[in-house]
Amino acid sequence: MKTLPTAALLVAALGLSACSGGLFNQNRLDTDAAGAGAAGADGGITTGALAPNSVEYFNQTIGDRVLFAVDTSTLTDEGRATLTQQAGWLTTNPSFTAIIEGHADEQGTREYNLALGARRAAAVRDYLVSQGVPDARLRTVTFGKERPIEVCSTEVCYAKNRRAVTVIGAGAVS
Amino acid sequence: MIHRFFALIGLALMALATPSLAQEPLRIEIDNPNIEPLPFAVPNFIAETAAADQYAADLARVVAADLTGSGLFREIPSTAFISSVTSFDSPVQFSDWKAINAQALVTGSVSTAGDNQIVVKFRLFDVFSESQMGEGLQFVGSVNGWRRMAHKVADAVYSRITGEGAYFDSRLVYVSESGPKNARQKRIAIMDYDGANNQFLTTDQSIVLAPRFSPDGNRVIYTSYETGFPKIYMLDIGTVSRQIVADQPGTMSFAPRFAPDGQSVIYSLTTGSNTDLYKMGIGGGTPQQLTSDPTIETAPSFAPDGSQIVFESDRSGTPQLYVMPAGGGEATRISFGQGRYGTPVWSPRGDLIAFTKQNRGRFHIGVMNTDGSGERLLTASFLDEGPTWAPNGRVIMFTRESSGEGGSSTLYSVDISGRNLRPIQQGASDPNWSPLLQ
Repeated sequence: MKTLPTAALLVAALGLSACSGGLFNQNRLDTDAAGAGAAGADGGITTGALAPNSVEYFNQTIGDRVLFAVDTSTLTDEGRATLTQQAGWLTTNPSFTAIIEGHADEQGTREYNLALGARRAAAVRDYLVSQGVPDARLRTVTFGKERPIEVCSTEVCYAKNRRAVTVIGAGAVS
Repeated sequence: MIHRFFALIGLALMALATPSLAQEPLRIEIDNPNIEPLPFAVPNFIAETAAADQYAADLARVVAADLTGSGLFREIPSTAFISSVTSFDSPVQFSDWKAINAQALVTGSVSTAGDNQIVVKFRLFDVFSESQMGEGLQFVGSVNGWRRMAHKVADAVYSRITGEGAYFDSRLVYVSESGPKNARQKRIAIMDYDGANNQFLTTDQSIVLAPRFSPDGNRVIYTSYETGFPKIYMLDIGTVSRQIVADQPGTMSFAPRFAPDGQSVIYSLTTGSNTDLYKMGIGGGTPQQLTSDPTIETAPSFAPDGSQIVFESDRSGTPQLYVMPAGGGEATRISFGQGRYGTPVWSPRGDLIAFTKQNRGRFHIGVMNTDGSGERLLTASFLDEGPTWAPNGRVIMFTRESSGEGGSSTLYSVDISGRNLRPIQQGASDPNWSPLLQ
């Protein structure tokens, strides 16, 4: 599973874990993830389990992203496990569409990273389709190295930036 | 502002000096690796009308900055001057300029004429030969374009002394950057080659990448996420109006570049996981597919004669440089050194290809012959990329990005000898150098 967002860990450290068993409902750190807005602009903490058919459940419990090794678009075992769950959610929630964003770390030229991000997004799309998600509900986009979520220039950050994020939306894919 | 004209009048201002005796003509051999910057003096221009007074010093400063910035010249400060030039047509006191070792002397005048026009004249002297180099020239243009007139003076001086083509009277289109690294805002901007007269051409609402001038310098083609997906747009600089160029449903397109005739565009188009090169007329029509490999083909650039395209592909397993005929067909790999190669750009002179190289965790800007021989790396840093050529093929500008949380992009220029690395503009990336302005 993916690591908890930093903010959640901080909150826990501050002793607010009294609401143990509850899940933190909060914004992702992404600024470009269209699905993040629904999680509440107040950044508030709510208790209770997320509804399994909610976008928040998809983003946080299943995990909306998979990570890649340097200069590859090959899915890892962990990535495939996440995507299998993503495919299940998309299958049981057929009114949702998704845009899969492919990203690269800052090592590499702008153009190459755009093409690499497209490969990563396509790898995710192809896997979801292989798991039964209709192709017409999915669309891919590459951001290359234009939208890192982590800003340091070491492998710690690069590993998190080499990602494909499944952004859930509603309505038909044009 | 666009200054669309300069009446360039070769007034044969009379030569005042007598022919020299035993001196070699003034000359910078630009390829000499041990070159010493040539000392020159540019006294303030002579204002011949009262209204021209405000330009007299500024014109001289811009000429001096251009020449000094080339790395080939060294200015002698006016505090060292013995002579003062009081009239554009007075005989030059060569002994006074020799005494301070000014090997080249540029004199000029400026006057106002008619509605918002100024007239700039200049002469170049070879001090030690006591002779004028070339004929005097006069430029007439709008007052708003006074800096361009100074660049034209500097261009003439540079060309006469080096024998190379000019490049100061030119512009750059680039991406202006602001905001933090994980939410960077980008705008297409245009400026004079030296950073003056900066102007934004787009808002910061969408990610924009890699603008490139049309061969006539009047339009810019670039990639924008205006629709949420990377698409290619063409923008008219004069009217700042834009239109989408390549828009096939379900695809993404980026890395556009004009053909030398300005009538078509080559670019990368991504379908699924595959990125190939395509060519399309600027008026639209059916794109022509130039490569059909299952690998990444991107960053195309035409040879200046339009006969060939150099591009980047990872068909060998790592990104390398390839050359193919302009209509597609068999490609020849030209990069064989260690590391990864990208963003090849053909020199406007046709003799060299500039590129980005990534090796052992460092980035370099380099040049190689068009067959891949003679590779020379000009820079090294955490992240250098995206070279563009000055109109004369002697200077390269590129993006240098610093590392870490506060990392930011700066435009740098460097001579193809590797000399004279200097920052040009901060908060800027993806430069593209215009042709010499008309």
